[in-house]
Amino acid sequence: MSKRFETWVALAGPMLLIVIVGIASSFVSRANEIHFLNALVAVAVVVAIYVFVGNSGVLSFGQISFVALGAFAAGVMTVPLESKTGILPDLFPLLRDHTIGNAASLILAAAVGGGFAFLVGLPLMRLSGLAAGIATFAVLEITHNLLREWIKIGPGATTLSLVPETTGSLQATLGALLVVVLAYAYQRSPLGRKARATREDPAAAQAVGINVHRQRLWAFTLSGALCGFAGGLLVHMLGSITTEQVYLELTFLTLAMLVVGGITSLWGAVIGALAVSGLDSVLGNAEDGILPEGSRLVILGALMALVLIARPSGLTGGRELRLRREPG
Amino acid sequence: MSRGRLSTEGHAVAPRQRATMLSLPLAAVDAQTLVDAVGLGAVYALMAVGIGLVFGVLRLVNFAYGQLVMAGAYTLAFTSGWPVAGSIIACFAVVIALSFLMERAVFRPLRTASPAVMLVTTFAVAFLLQSVALILDIRDGTIGEPAVTLAPLNQAVSIGGVDVRKVTILAVVVAAVTLALLALLLGRTRIGLHMRAASTDFRTARLLGVRADTVIGVAVLLSGVLAAIVAMILTVQLPFVAPDFALKETIVVLVGVVVGGIDRLWTATLGGFAIGFASGVINGALPTDKTVFLPSALFALVILVLLLRPAGVFARGRTAVVDRV
Repeated sequence: MSKRFETWVALAGPMLLIVIVGIASSFVSRANEIHFLNALVAVAVVVAIYVFVGNSGVLSFGQISFVALGAFAAGVMTVPLESKTGILPDLFPLLRDHTIGNAASLILAAAVGGGFAFLVGLPLMRLSGLAAGIATFAVLEITHNLLREWIKIGPGATTLSLVPETTGSLQATLGALLVVVLAYAYQRSPLGRKARATREDPAAAQAVGINVHRQRLWAFTLSGALCGFAGGLLVHMLGSITTEQVYLELTFLTLAMLVVGGITSLWGAVIGALAVSGLDSVLGNAEDGILPEGSRLVILGALMALVLIARPSGLTGGRELRLRREPG
Repeated sequence: MSRGRLSTEGHAVAPRQRATMLSLPLAAVDAQTLVDAVGLGAVYALMAVGIGLVFGVLRLVNFAYGQLVMAGAYTLAFTSGWPVAGSIIACFAVVIALSFLMERAVFRPLRTASPAVMLVTTFAVAFLLQSVALILDIRDGTIGEPAVTLAPLNQAVSIGGVDVRKVTILAVVVAAVTLALLALLLGRTRIGLHMRAASTDFRTARLLGVRADTVIGVAVLLSGVLAAIVAMILTVQLPFVAPDFALKETIVVLVGVVVGGIDRLWTATLGGFAIGFASGVINGALPTDKTVFLPSALFALVILVLLLRPAGVFARGRTAVVDRV
């Protein structure tokens, strides 16, 4: 097998897996479909986070704030005009008096996420280590606080409802595929390689002329745009959303998915998202009959901890999918 | 995707509203508010020491520290019918046992893992412990248990016209005594010397004959003792124990510890105290309707401080010693 073919496997594998989940989602019952859609949107979110965390090696707790912004941007702008003044009377007139379509709202979500990530990243990407972790966490807190309290830009602490539920099997599959393809294109591009060089050794990367701050900022901005887009998918899947749904719990869950899968590979991000959300759904169903109430979370937590203790580099070992085992 | 229970609603410091303050928000930082803020700062400082001790020897940020406190609080709640001394002993026993269990089952296998993996694993542990607490708690059909063992400490004594709750005095005294004892232990004893050596350079310390397991064991024991103390004080202030007990506090303390400077125990402790004191003063001084955007202002300040002094506001150097997490 040629070298070129081997590298395409790294993209084709994740894509094939997503298509299989997508096709499966259109054959199951209505009640079970939501589990598959959840898994696909989780793939989009986790891969979007991976674009920054995986390529730059800097842990960020702030990526879910871009998911939140994307979700609320896409959600607020697609609520039908006739009900908007009724349920969201306090919005800025520009937001209140206009409504856009599904595709436009996803593009808007990506633009808002990417734009905000760029502005935030400009100062923040100078940090690394624990300071970067806490600073990105502060971004999450600020975004959550503003979305929750500022009723001129969104629903505030109430639930945003009446968002068209356009994320069905097709949109979830295509959305997840798009995020994976862009993530792959980035990591194979010169930019992505430079970002990965700063991850492996910031000093050495700097020594060969790579601007660490600029490369991290690129990764952060692309990740922010993809996170925003994934947020758009999420809000169109749920139909209604509160600020609490795109906050701490989602941050921890998606980071856990990424680390369980393997933080440094696209394949790891996809596997982690599918494995954890799949397990979550199976256990949730089992709770209705076989298992006692509440055991789902215990098993999920225990398994995540066990995977990390037994395989600290994740299920995939942080490597891309290959057909042959690497020598050594 | 989001059906778990790492909820964050709940245990922020209850903002106290007073009619007189509506007109003069910031000028109204009275002695009462300051006293309460010092009490809160003392509790946060204790948690900061508990987190900082383990970080010092293991380079591990234990996010599950709050769940040790939570376990202690539940122990107090479930043993409400016991004699007070028995209840307190049970609290210490459970928390210290859990602290050692955590070290043995989770921290030890991860000693060589990357900081990111360690941190996320402690997330998973926190999540696991919360779920276990939820199952234990929900047996009686409701979420949350009252912990009334130490409720008498909520009574106030008047000192110079200021009402001071006994628990505030207790918190400050306990924090002062604990920190003094800790200073003696670290500065004057052989094991303290070993711990300081280990937190400066673990590998070299081991080469020079410092026993890794002993040093780590003592750090874990001390952080467990501190968690139990914090559990007792917090249950007096917030007598309603739910699975997310102390979660919000842990996050705030972690922020304070990093902003203060996690590399040295004293800067970490000072950071914990400062953030507790600041939130106490602000929550006490501003009425609720004026504080809605306060978290944004506070966290923007946190970002600013980190940009100016990434190694911590009280640290000596300007660059962080710990590389990536």
